[in-house]
Amino acid sequence: MAEVKTNINEVQDQIIDEFGLFDDWTDKYEYIIEMGKKLSLMDEKYKTEENKIKGCQSNVWLHSELKDGKVTFEADSDAVIVKGLISMLVRVLSGHSPNEIFSTDLYFIDKIGMTQHLAQTRSNGLLSMVKQMKFYALAYQAKTN
Amino acid sequence: MLTQTENYQVETIRDDFPILHQEINGKPLVYFDNAATTQKPLQVIEAIGQYYLDINANIHRGIHTLAERATASYEATREVLRQFLNASSTDEIIFVRGVTEGINLVANGFANSILKAGNEVVITAMEHHSNIVPWQMACEKTGAILKVAPINEKGELIFEEYVKLLNPQTRIVSLVHASNALGTINPVKNIIEEAHKFDIPVLLDGAQSTSHLEIDVRDLDCDFFVFSGHKVYGPTGIGALYGKREWLEKLPPYQGGGEMIKDVTFEKTTYNELPYKFEAGTPNIADVVALKHAIKYIQELGKANIAQHELELLEYATGQLIDVKGLKIIGTAKEKVSVASFVIEGIHHQDLAVILDQQGIAVRTGHHCTQPLMKRFGILGTTRASFALYNTKEEIDLFITALHKALKMLR
Repeated sequence: MAEVKTNINEVQDQIIDEFGLFDDWTDKYEYIIEMGKKLSLMDEKYKTEENKIKGCQSNVWLHSELKDGKVTFEADSDAVIVKGLISMLVRVLSGHSPNEIFSTDLYFIDKIGMTQHLAQTRSNGLLSMVKQMKFYALAYQAKTN
Repeated sequence: MLTQTENYQVETIRDDFPILHQEINGKPLVYFDNAATTQKPLQVIEAIGQYYLDINANIHRGIHTLAERATASYEATREVLRQFLNASSTDEIIFVRGVTEGINLVANGFANSILKAGNEVVITAMEHHSNIVPWQMACEKTGAILKVAPINEKGELIFEEYVKLLNPQTRIVSLVHASNALGTINPVKNIIEEAHKFDIPVLLDGAQSTSHLEIDVRDLDCDFFVFSGHKVYGPTGIGALYGKREWLEKLPPYQGGGEMIKDVTFEKTTYNELPYKFEAGTPNIADVVALKHAIKYIQELGKANIAQHELELLEYATGQLIDVKGLKIIGTAKEKVSVASFVIEGIHHQDLAVILDQQGIAVRTGHHCTQPLMKRFGILGTTRASFALYNTKEEIDLFITALHKALKMLR
């Protein structure tokens, strides 16, 4: 378990390294926007009210599945920067066991200077998104135990 | 006539607003979120400090010098507001937390003493949630019906449709004087005249109009007028409700407690006279005291001068915005306060706000607490730049440059 846990952190560290290449905010945000545009479109059937994490300004949809003890996430948003941010969350958390996901400290958000987007709960639902991902993990864990 | 630049020294004015002289994300702050709240001049900031340093005491009953000083300073604001709104008596000026509380006070009073099942309340399609929800609650409680006067594509009230809604069942018309999301200034004098033909009282939500337009409640002949101090360069948490004496006397108290009573026994309480009947409990004394300095600040500059300055900014900004590819101004009424609300094809307003903020530009995005209005235009929200007495054309240039940069990044 400890080994896979490092995996999540490895991805986090990778992202931190990627952001380390940028020396101004423009590059940083252009990268996030690019990731947002690249995030594979979510299957429309998952864009349900149930999967919607409502923010005040943008919508975020999150779908999760448990397969062979690993949780996979799919997410989407109508705002491209939020989409870029959630694509990183999906990249970090998807494909790991419920326990790893639940116990992970998402330090990369702070390290890449994006904490402000977590604080704006009413604006973009990103914090709710993180909570929801952890909640799914906890629910799957309870189910499998 | 002096040109605007000669008689209106915006750089000197900016010196009175210390908050404006800072950098956000390494860029000079451009504050264009004035319709949400305005910044405060030093005169107001110092008055709050001064109150707590020299004056603080509870008002109206203490027989000691501080209590007298605090009471005098508190009541002096009431007189300043009476003049500011041209009310006939200070009895008609009630201190409230802001527009939201003022409307709730009136809506509650109507729900408790006037509205009956089948009666009607008229609002418009461009109301802020704070002038929708209190009336919905009043209607729910009484069985009255909420009627909504429609607007056209420009964001103007369709006057004939409004007139058609008035009938002997209508008990009140409650509408926004100037729209926060569109900037539209409603033809309130005509609206009031029509309502009065049926003896229907009219409440004006002055949240957005008070800092821009001359307000003369007697000339307008409105029955209620409410505004928020924080949108007129005053402190947060304080505002005023003006009501014609006959209406304020008719309405029951909003909250019970100290100050609003004449005599209390366990059997029966008699209520205090106006305006105290509506001011239960120890009020927000410090902010009331400081509010008069905001009003004085506006009066010294002169509302006409301020309005001219702001309209020049609005025209300047609008002229540049309409040249932006894919941009559509939402709210193109003939009469507008200095609010430029817009959408850009293929761009989410939240993305825009994030990139603008990175460049030091503060605008408001979203539905502006007017969800039904956004629905009317078939949009989720807008980006809104709103200008105040201290803004400059140079700031608009910075904003437009930042906007182009944002679009380049996002497209």
